[in-house]
Amino acid sequence: MEHEITLVVNGTARRARVPGRRLLSDCLRHDLGLTGTHVGCEHGVCGCCTVLLDGEPVRSCLTLAVTVDGREITTVEGLAGPEGLSPVQRAFEECHALQCGFCTPGFLCTVTALLRDNPAPAEDEVLEGISGNLCRCTGYQNIVKAVHRAAELLAEERQPSTGEAP
Amino acid sequence: MKPPPFTYHAPRDLREALDLLAEVDGKVLAGGQSLIPLLNMRLAAPAHVVDVNRLPGLSGIEAGPGGVTVGALARQAEVARAGVHPLLGQALRLVAHPVIRNRGTVVGSLVHADPAAELPAVLAVLGGSVRLARRAPGGSSGPAAGRGGSPSPGAVPGGSPGPVVREVAADAFFAGPLESAAEPGELAVSAFFPALPPRSGSAFEELARRHGDYALAGVCAVVTLDEDLHVAAARVACVGVGPVPVVADVSEACGRRPAATVPWEAVVAAVRRAVEPEDDIHASAAYRLHLVGVLAERALREAAARAAAPP
Repeated sequence: MEHEITLVVNGTARRARVPGRRLLSDCLRHDLGLTGTHVGCEHGVCGCCTVLLDGEPVRSCLTLAVTVDGREITTVEGLAGPEGLSPVQRAFEECHALQCGFCTPGFLCTVTALLRDNPAPAEDEVLEGISGNLCRCTGYQNIVKAVHRAAELLAEERQPSTGEAP
Repeated sequence: MKPPPFTYHAPRDLREALDLLAEVDGKVLAGGQSLIPLLNMRLAAPAHVVDVNRLPGLSGIEAGPGGVTVGALARQAEVARAGVHPLLGQALRLVAHPVIRNRGTVVGSLVHADPAAELPAVLAVLGGSVRLARRAPGGSSGPAAGRGGSPSPGAVPGGSPGPVVREVAADAFFAGPLESAAEPGELAVSAFFPALPPRSGSAFEELARRHGDYALAGVCAVVTLDEDLHVAAARVACVGVGPVPVVADVSEACGRRPAATVPWEAVVAAVRRAVEPEDDIHASAAYRLHLVGVLAERALREAAARAAAPP
């Protein structure tokens, strides 16, 4: 039996007909064509499939699409704004926090929520925050650097340069 | 992999959920952070999945003087943020990763009853309980009259006779590895975690191969001091070293003395006598036995220190 569901994905209402067993990760990739969300282990370990559900990072491979009918989903495709890449994305680029890029969508979603909740995380808070995301290429040094750099970029964005204040 | 096919149900209220669970052989889906991996790995293939995420009134986290009642849909991250119980907070930091805790539920972890999971040990060491609801016998469930006068969480207002509710104490709730006392047709609606007595401290220590993995062994401890700051009571619950959380009362081994002069070797020996770890690919039984003693001493010392110097 199939279920008619509506997901608000990156601000747009999208409808899909899915069987109960359809994982949110597969619904996004196959039913909605949003292949930015990657699928690694499919049992919640690798973190590649992390998306934001009503703003909170969750494993889309451990979520049934029908369960989140009517909810808001942000995928990596929704992180960039009209002015281009988000501060977190720019920091990952600047710090070379990726090599093959497979894990990157999950890191970007996780870090976006991490810095929203904790705009200036300490080193151990960064490590804890990204502890559920695996990268098999780079090691984590540059990823950790990128999180701190993203925090700086976000802080600058919130407090536009006061140099020209009267 | 992908979950095997099943019939999906999304009841809108508790009565509908209990009717469904009485009528079909269904697996309850709440946070899904244990169930969906089992489905994806095809270790479980239920004919029916009953998704309780839309049931109203089950997300509560209510702290009273006697303890904390956590509803079936309260996410682990929400319970940690609520800061309602020191030992729950200490344990939740060790449960998987932050992202998993955004979906995973406290009650779901109890019902899943993994012998290496932290939350069952917390319930066990505190002597808490789980509230199970089922449809009243003889047909479609009627009025909601939970026992004990207070309305059961998720009770449907008005109308017919309510669900049958029973409260199962932790020592009877954990029946075996991945086996709780919840019977077919029953839904765990909440769990109760008793508050720590005055002059008490708690701690949770565990060792895992990788951050966020299930622990090779873990120990949570609650220590209560008397007015002279001598150890009046000390209990531990150990995970990963038996089919269910193993509770050991080590008050006697501690003797009624200050933590600084407790004969820790004797206490550790008492904990080791209480557990029966097994070999598996992750660690030998002997190593787990060693670990559980080391972790018990650390947890008990830390709990005693917190009891002496409350934050």
